[in-house]
Amino acid sequence: MIMLLLGQRFAQAQNVITVAAYPAVDSIVKSALPAWKKTHPNVEVKIISRAYADHHTAMTTALATSSEPPDVMVLEYSYVARFATGGGLEDLGSSAYGLQNHDGKFVPFALQQAMSPKGQWVAVPADIGPGTLLYRKDLLEKAGLEESNLTRSWDSYISAGLTLKKHTGAYLIAHARDIKDLIIRSKGKPTEGLYFDSQNKVLVDSDRFVKAFELAKQIRDNKLDAKVASWSNEWAEGFRRGHVATQMSGAWLAGHLNNWLAPATTGMWRAAQLPENTWAAWGGSFYAIPKGAKNKKLAWELIQLMTLDPAQQLSAFKSQDAFPALISVHDDPFLQQPIEFLGGQKARLLWRESARNIQATQVHKLDPFAEEVVNTELDKVLDQGKDIRLALKDAQKLLERRARR
Amino acid sequence: MMRPTQSTDLKKIANLRLTPNQVPYVLLAPFILLFLIFGLFPLCFSLFLAFQTWEPTSGLATMQFVGLENFIFTLEDEWFWKSLQNTFWLALVSGLPQHLIAIPLACVIHASFKRTRNAVVGAYFLPYITSTVAIAMMFSTLFSTDYGLINQALSLVSQLPFVGELFPNQATDWLGRAQNIKPAIATVVFWRYVGFNTVLYLAALQTIPKYMYEAATMDGANRWQQFWYITLPNLKPMIYFGVTLSLIGGLQLFEEPFILTNGTGGTDQSGMTTAMYMYRTAFEFNDFGTASALSWLLFLCVALLTWLTNCAFKSRGGSA
Repeated sequence: MIMLLLGQRFAQAQNVITVAAYPAVDSIVKSALPAWKKTHPNVEVKIISRAYADHHTAMTTALATSSEPPDVMVLEYSYVARFATGGGLEDLGSSAYGLQNHDGKFVPFALQQAMSPKGQWVAVPADIGPGTLLYRKDLLEKAGLEESNLTRSWDSYISAGLTLKKHTGAYLIAHARDIKDLIIRSKGKPTEGLYFDSQNKVLVDSDRFVKAFELAKQIRDNKLDAKVASWSNEWAEGFRRGHVATQMSGAWLAGHLNNWLAPATTGMWRAAQLPENTWAAWGGSFYAIPKGAKNKKLAWELIQLMTLDPAQQLSAFKSQDAFPALISVHDDPFLQQPIEFLGGQKARLLWRESARNIQATQVHKLDPFAEEVVNTELDKVLDQGKDIRLALKDAQKLLERRARR
Repeated sequence: MMRPTQSTDLKKIANLRLTPNQVPYVLLAPFILLFLIFGLFPLCFSLFLAFQTWEPTSGLATMQFVGLENFIFTLEDEWFWKSLQNTFWLALVSGLPQHLIAIPLACVIHASFKRTRNAVVGAYFLPYITSTVAIAMMFSTLFSTDYGLINQALSLVSQLPFVGELFPNQATDWLGRAQNIKPAIATVVFWRYVGFNTVLYLAALQTIPKYMYEAATMDGANRWQQFWYITLPNLKPMIYFGVTLSLIGGLQLFEEPFILTNGTGGTDQSGMTTAMYMYRTAFEFNDFGTASALSWLLFLCVALLTWLTNCAFKSRGGSA
């Protein structure tokens, strides 16, 4: 009898798979559980949810020590490449998994982003953040401007900002840094990374950085930015009070604005493509399997449900604004629906176009450090009037020193 | 099978009894065990890591011995020196006023408050026991450029006649401009620890015998002379203790600047302390080896300065 009980317990213990996730991917997995139970009635799914930063620190530690890693690991866009270089994740393109059979099914840039330098697919994209320009239509009208004034070119974006400031008092953008981020992301060559090329050469003194710094400085010199960092209290307050007229971000920001950032501004916002037909992505979630996972087969089955099942992808899109990485969902009638917060605009069609045009960027393990170095030099240019060329040269020097190691 | 007799049973129990020599070890065992796991092991591991290069997401097996490379790299790293400068600046500007204010404050409380004394001490002590996160979040709201109370108060004062001109009439960007970040952080740190030091000095004041003041009064010493020749020399051991604590705490400053600058150190990293740089090197830049080397270099700084403080207090009075 005891043996029987023990045996049962053992069998049960085998049938639990763990998923480590952050909000709101944890809710997305949770809502997929009824569908999972239909095909796997005996397999429990245990979701371990942590705050965004804590989650990635915990995952780093789990891979570092290989002790009890989860079976399924959710990773955010910027961490996928960092983890890919480490080699602690399963190659999902291998015959055991067969991700290569689904190659054409995902938005190309997202799948490419999940490829390690050694050519292994270490993660599967679940949702993406196609870039968009959200703007306050009411403020634009007050200043006698149209959407094309913002999007035609970067120069016209800035001159629209001057008009806006004069007539409404609103800032064009939350922080001049946001422009820099976008331009260095969008103007690179496909073979280059953001800050380094594939030969480890530092690219920080190239023309796109000069252009990015010049535009940011133009914005600051004309007092067009509110000088507030994203996700700060002042950032949210600026949206609530209509002090900031535009924001470039992932499409998901419209959902955040509607849900909690500035729900009272419903109907005042619109979405547009980024200025000068720029295509860029902000964030996105991926699923991966650590090499030390115990239930790899079941983990892969769950990942397939989350990423390849159109019904799950669509439900995550509807409930959490998670824009699907699975292309077949992009033709669903849901994309044609007007969005109330954006004054009835069918913005999801815009975002679909953006999603298809985004190029993947090569990621380097020093990217987080490089970003910090470039931001610091930009601060010096904006606040202390440092010469742009000199600033970029200093950044180049600092990065070359690290890259040599 | 034979049942053991009662006497062998007793013998067995007697064998289990601890000898007087064993007792201390057994009683100390829980502490020693915890210390080994959470104290000594991380210490040794970090020293070991300081000589390795390691990509943490590849697992423990990928460590490579690199000798002193991490130390040399850190010593040549301009950001390390920048963070060290920030740390010293913050330790000095937030630390010194703590003591310069806490000593007179403790004297005033000691002399003037009788019945309400505990309440007053409690009020000053409260920031010390409040969660750092709550404090830093409250201050980031206060320091907010457009919506913060500090700027609103400043703009009200600047409209007053005569004194108004002394104050800025434009909103100050406290946490966004490089030159304002450090003073803002120092204010928070000062506000938080001044009460703790006041309590230290109050405790010391209570140990100074009353007759010394009575004798001084008989000799015609005024209050200032009493403070300078009796109170201060008697407080010296406590000043040494307090200054040492402030020094060690100040050089390891992490939480307040981390939360006030959203974990980045702020514009131009002017609020990034060495402890913050160490954390970021490990968890953001994924370089645990260099971060460990950095932590040992910081430890050397702390040890050196503590030793110098010790010498400074000893040389004048003979003993600390």
